[in-house]
Amino acid sequence: MGSKTETETMDAVQILSGNEAIARGAWEAGVKLAAAYPGTPSTEILETLAEYEDVYCEWSPNEKVAMEVGTGASMAGARTLVCMKHVGLNVAADPFFSSSYVGLEAGMVVVSADDPGMHSSQDEQDNRNYAKFARVPLLEPSDSGEAKEFTVAAYDLSERFDTPVLLRTTTRTSHSKSIVALGGRQSPKPVTTLVRDPVKYLMMPANATTRHPLVEQRVVDLAEYAETCPFNRVEMGDPRVGIITSGAIYGYCREAVPDASFLKLGMTFPLPKRLITEFRSKVERLYVVEELDPFLEEAIRLMGIEIDGGKELNTLLGELNARLVAASLSKAGVPGVNEDLLRPLSPEIPDLPGRPPTFCPGCSHRGLFVVLKKLRVFVSGDIGCYTMGSLPPYNAMHCSTCMGASISMTHGMAKVLEPPAGGAKPDLRNKVVGVIGDSTFFHSGITSLMNVAYNGGKTLTIIVDNSTTAMTGGQDNPGSGKTLLGEPSATVDIPALCRALGIDRVTTIDPYDLEEVERVLREELAADEASVVIAKAPCVLQFKVRKPVYRVDPELCNGDKRCLQAGCGALNLYIDADGKRKVEIDPADCAGCGVCSQLCKEKAIARAVQPEGKGS
Amino acid sequence: MSARPTTNVLLTGVGGQGVVLASYVLSQVAMSEGYDVKQSEVHGMAQRGGSVTSHFRFGDKVWSPLVAPGTADLLMAFEALEGLRYVNWLKPGGVLVYNTQRINPSPVSAGLATYPADIDALIRAAWPNVKCVNANALAAQAGTAKAANVAMLGAISPTLPFALDTWEAVIRRAVPPKTVDVNLEAFRLGAASASAPATECKTR
Repeated sequence: MGSKTETETMDAVQILSGNEAIARGAWEAGVKLAAAYPGTPSTEILETLAEYEDVYCEWSPNEKVAMEVGTGASMAGARTLVCMKHVGLNVAADPFFSSSYVGLEAGMVVVSADDPGMHSSQDEQDNRNYAKFARVPLLEPSDSGEAKEFTVAAYDLSERFDTPVLLRTTTRTSHSKSIVALGGRQSPKPVTTLVRDPVKYLMMPANATTRHPLVEQRVVDLAEYAETCPFNRVEMGDPRVGIITSGAIYGYCREAVPDASFLKLGMTFPLPKRLITEFRSKVERLYVVEELDPFLEEAIRLMGIEIDGGKELNTLLGELNARLVAASLSKAGVPGVNEDLLRPLSPEIPDLPGRPPTFCPGCSHRGLFVVLKKLRVFVSGDIGCYTMGSLPPYNAMHCSTCMGASISMTHGMAKVLEPPAGGAKPDLRNKVVGVIGDSTFFHSGITSLMNVAYNGGKTLTIIVDNSTTAMTGGQDNPGSGKTLLGEPSATVDIPALCRALGIDRVTTIDPYDLEEVERVLREELAADEASVVIAKAPCVLQFKVRKPVYRVDPELCNGDKRCLQAGCGALNLYIDADGKRKVEIDPADCAGCGVCSQLCKEKAIARAVQPEGKGS
Repeated sequence: MSARPTTNVLLTGVGGQGVVLASYVLSQVAMSEGYDVKQSEVHGMAQRGGSVTSHFRFGDKVWSPLVAPGTADLLMAFEALEGLRYVNWLKPGGVLVYNTQRINPSPVSAGLATYPADIDALIRAAWPNVKCVNANALAAQAGTAKAANVAMLGAISPTLPFALDTWEAVIRRAVPPKTVDVNLEAFRLGAASASAPATECKTR
């Protein structure tokens, strides 16, 4: 740890991603504590900040906990950073709203990294709405330079107005890189005593009633500040066309209509009414261009300011880009649209096989989903790599909504599912199984399992424990035995925890042993009480697990493709010289897990006698 | 000095091919030569054996982090199918440089779809301005097939206005210390292949 401080402060400018720039900004602002739960596209903020000296960083088990850790630290008098993906703020909404009421002793910045286009998410909610909802100021950087600059400034804003600040990025600001000018670190104030001010910090009704008017007055004061905030700027060009925009969309607009006039908003809640009115008066036609919700547009229209085009010109769905912006403005008759962005795309691309993501060769989830498919149970899934169990060839997950929901939804389904008529033996197709990963279980599955035990549920929960937060790149969690800062830690004993919650049937299985997986699952599905099966094996990607590889004996392979049910990228179907269908295994990709060999009835797949390594 | 317009490069490939490292090298080279730079890629779900794209743009002032479809000056495809898939992101006159490597998508491995048998012919029919390079073979010749991404950088280097010294200095910093020589050799072999007479493209 701490390598960043010595090496990277040397350069005056660097190319940083938006996430790296936010971490840099937090460090420069003298942040003492940062907390987060990993989630694409936010994860790298804390991973980067943890490499700087003098900042305590932690992965909390979920975003609500992270928000409360941050609220406590800023109440104690330290500048704090709390980061999450957009849906994480749903989890953290309770403390977020309260933190708006109580304010703070030292600055607190909450980063919401939104994911328009759902590159790696279950929805594309526009979290700018949270700023208005919770009555806190909202900053939206357009690139990495602004991400750093806004982060530093957000702490002053936070302390000046006694409010958390919501810094909202999107995938295209978090994961795009651009040039950032670096600065030094402000010295953090030492925290030596706690301020005792229950009227401000203890939100029982009598106190909260006194806070709410202050919160509303704060919005009025912030709106006044927004009029001169340096992040809201007018760039006059052609007065025939005025565009109000923010975030990454500003870059798309600059390219779509290079000569237009712009009101580029860096602070997007509350909005500067006089500045917008003045801009309106300087341009003939005014457009509001934004991704997802008409957040700016509705606020501007409510001010009574007339606009000539907003959401009806583009879409509520997905990401924008310069081409989409150009097309929509051109259609509206806007002059000066960049012709290069209007040209029809050519040639037509033929139908090509897609390249969806899949389990890594050797992944411990593969065997489990092969068996779940065979059992034909209804699988209520959760959020993680294992959600890919829903994809071909497994097709063995049938619902997945939000973190931790697998167990509670399973419970709800089982409570209403009618037993088979006439006392017939239950069909496995009518059995519901919850599947949840270790990190997701710690995040919000524990209370759901407690509910199953408490309310007499009889469902089966499978916890796929690979000892890491795999989907987001392998972050440590309370089951890993190590913290973000690399310190050894307490490790959750999952079987003991399940028993403590009231589940008596707890079995741990080896997910690579298909016979064992099937036998145990059949036993547990037949049980007349709640049970938990823990499929435990380390993530092969994160822990670089490689065993001696398998190979196919082409003499024994009959091309029946049973092994392909493993859905493994190391296997490949080909036609041999005699025109016969065969399968081969790429020794460079095979991780030696052996799931395919257990599927082969011809016993054609065996460990290679000479282990074939990965080349050099 | 006259304004230097923005140059658009789209990199496409498969998770694990080193597309991200190649983008990093491109960004650092352009910044070292005094350009404004924006680069964008998507993490997360896309890493698990799926398609990977990375957008790299440089010029005097770059606004958007994304190459817009139909505007790429250069499409750098680390895998043949991923070249064909994005060929209409090129602008008229743009160049496609693709690696003649075939990596089966998971539906193909599972026998649920077929890889186009005549991929090279399809690419040539789709786009007039195409160069192919066997980056994996060049990298293996340099010492390790893992340097195929750097061989690809060598192969596209003549199409970009950057000095050889800048490329080499950035590659030295970007790759693990023990692999510097192999990577520099892969880069040189890639660059040499670009100036060699065109050979028949044969993806395998």
